[in-house]
Amino acid sequence: MIDGILIGLSTAFSISNLLMVIGGCLIGTFIGMLPGLGPMSIIAIMIPVAISIGDPSAALILLAGVYYGAIFGGSTSSILINAPGVASTVATSFDGYPMARQGKAGKALTVAAISSFAGGSIGAILLMIFAPALASVALLFHSAEYFALMVVGLSAIAAFAGSGQVGKALLMTLVGLMMATVGEGALFNQPRFTMGILDLQSGFGFITLAMAMFALPEALFLVLDPSRSNSGGSGGDIKDLRITKAEAKKIAPVIGRQSIQGFLIGVLPGAGATIASFLGYAVERNLASKEEQAEFGKGSIKGLAAPESANNAACTGSFVPLLTLGIPGSGTTAILLGALIALNVSPGPRLMIDQPEIFWSVIISMYVGNVILLFLNLPMIPYIAKILAVPRNYLIPFILFFTLMGAYIGQNNATELLILVGFGVCATLLRFANYPLAPLLIGFILGSMLEDNFSRSMQLYDGIRFIVERPMTMGLLALAVILVALPTFRARLVRKKELQAAESD
Amino acid sequence: MALDRWIALVILAVSLSYGYTAFFMMDAGLPPFMRFNPIWPSTFPKVISVLAAITSLAIVLGIEKKPSGDDTGEIDYRRLKEYKIGQAIFLLVLMATYALMLRPAGFLLSTVVFLVAGAALLGERRFVILIPVAALAAGVVWYLVQQTLGIYLSPLPTFLS
Repeated sequence: MIDGILIGLSTAFSISNLLMVIGGCLIGTFIGMLPGLGPMSIIAIMIPVAISIGDPSAALILLAGVYYGAIFGGSTSSILINAPGVASTVATSFDGYPMARQGKAGKALTVAAISSFAGGSIGAILLMIFAPALASVALLFHSAEYFALMVVGLSAIAAFAGSGQVGKALLMTLVGLMMATVGEGALFNQPRFTMGILDLQSGFGFITLAMAMFALPEALFLVLDPSRSNSGGSGGDIKDLRITKAEAKKIAPVIGRQSIQGFLIGVLPGAGATIASFLGYAVERNLASKEEQAEFGKGSIKGLAAPESANNAACTGSFVPLLTLGIPGSGTTAILLGALIALNVSPGPRLMIDQPEIFWSVIISMYVGNVILLFLNLPMIPYIAKILAVPRNYLIPFILFFTLMGAYIGQNNATELLILVGFGVCATLLRFANYPLAPLLIGFILGSMLEDNFSRSMQLYDGIRFIVERPMTMGLLALAVILVALPTFRARLVRKKELQAAESD
Repeated sequence: MALDRWIALVILAVSLSYGYTAFFMMDAGLPPFMRFNPIWPSTFPKVISVLAAITSLAIVLGIEKKPSGDDTGEIDYRRLKEYKIGQAIFLLVLMATYALMLRPAGFLLSTVVFLVAGAALLGERRFVILIPVAALAAGVVWYLVQQTLGIYLSPLPTFLS
């Protein structure tokens, strides 16, 4: 292994490859900031460039740089204008955006940059040590377990997203699942719930829904209540950039835990960064003390650090099945697999033996990419945060325009824009009534995966028996039930105590 | 009845009609050979519709007690009249118009009109700065989307292209 690392180091630290990483990070960060262009589409755009380089190590190093840059860029738009362009940064906006509104945009971006860095670096180290062993564990997960894992993820979100009202969060999750069934599913070639509208055949676009649920209501709120925009206006303050010692102490354990957890979830093919970030957020919220729990969703730095580190660690983790088994675990790694094959590299168990310099230089360059990203981005943060200082009269039309463009780029039809406006109005009404919108979007994202895995296990076991026959599935589903029941139970207990206290007075 | 329960009532109606479709209408078009499958396209929607109907009913009936703290959202809808609701509605209409005009009027024209009208509506009056900024933004985004990403956006109105 030491030999391999040395080969990787010498490849990754050549001048041309370092330039590749820097260039990739910059391109990724800037394009990633536009909502609607996630890592997947940016890597797809960069593939022709990478292939024309010819050297597989250099090409992969460039793509890895783009990947990390794009993930960081995506967090930026989530934090600053509440417009998560990628599913895995939705959880970032839960606490990142409130922080930006309190005038701590600079600090929020710093926390995001540092936790991404830590998550990515810890992930890279874990990848180096455990890659071969983890690949065999990931194979134990079948569709039944994936189904159960997603149910756990959804119920964790439903249980922790609402402000003490599990029912509302649960209902929103179910509405999200209902919306996910619109259009043609992967397993059945039959359009469902399209009401005869041809443009609905392919279902609702993720970006359309993300924009309608988060960015559009936010922009409308800024219009409705002009006093809201003043508080965020001074967000570009440079003085508030530093993280204090107390804060660093607070987020250090969070980053450590979530890097490991995120990495492990990322290793599972299909789970990926999205689930890792949501689960990371939910777990940290549950672990936090009572006072800190109240802060979650209102600008807690723990709540920002958790999804950011989990998300980046999971991205690194998703390279495990790709490099060791040749199975891409996510959309992004699937595109990378295509690039690898085009470069005449076949990932799989033989890669480590046949072409060790590629395997190791990719891992080393991930680490280098993380370091460079940190040094590139920290000095830029004050300038990025200045976006919030743009006058309101300009900012709002531009936010609206970018939400429209994001939806148009994603689906390429004008009906999608009308759907965006319609859902935006619905989302605003839901927020008036204090319904949490995050569970809806998460239900929508996980819905199709959930149904596919459920259907697959039903077909494999010819019925619902798989729940009883697979102990791991059973265990995960039991955990999901407990997660939903626990907050209600806890609230009832608290109320009982209050009643008793009142009676004894 | 508070707004959240009215909304739950609407969702209840939606999930009932969704469930009606799943239970009684979707299976009609199922080819005979698929009937032997343990899972039908309607299986998953059936499960969701039942769960959603139960949950929304629970909220309509107010079974779950509200937490003791104040339950108003970030914006209090009871104070709606104090807000600038006219501007918000006009912006939404503007967005819908943009969606409908994007193809016939071309990207560049409709984007510039959208940005200028939106900003003017919010009170911007310095058109000397506003119009060039809007035109520049439209041009840059068009170049990025069309030339770099290769996604087709017709730049000019239909009668010119």
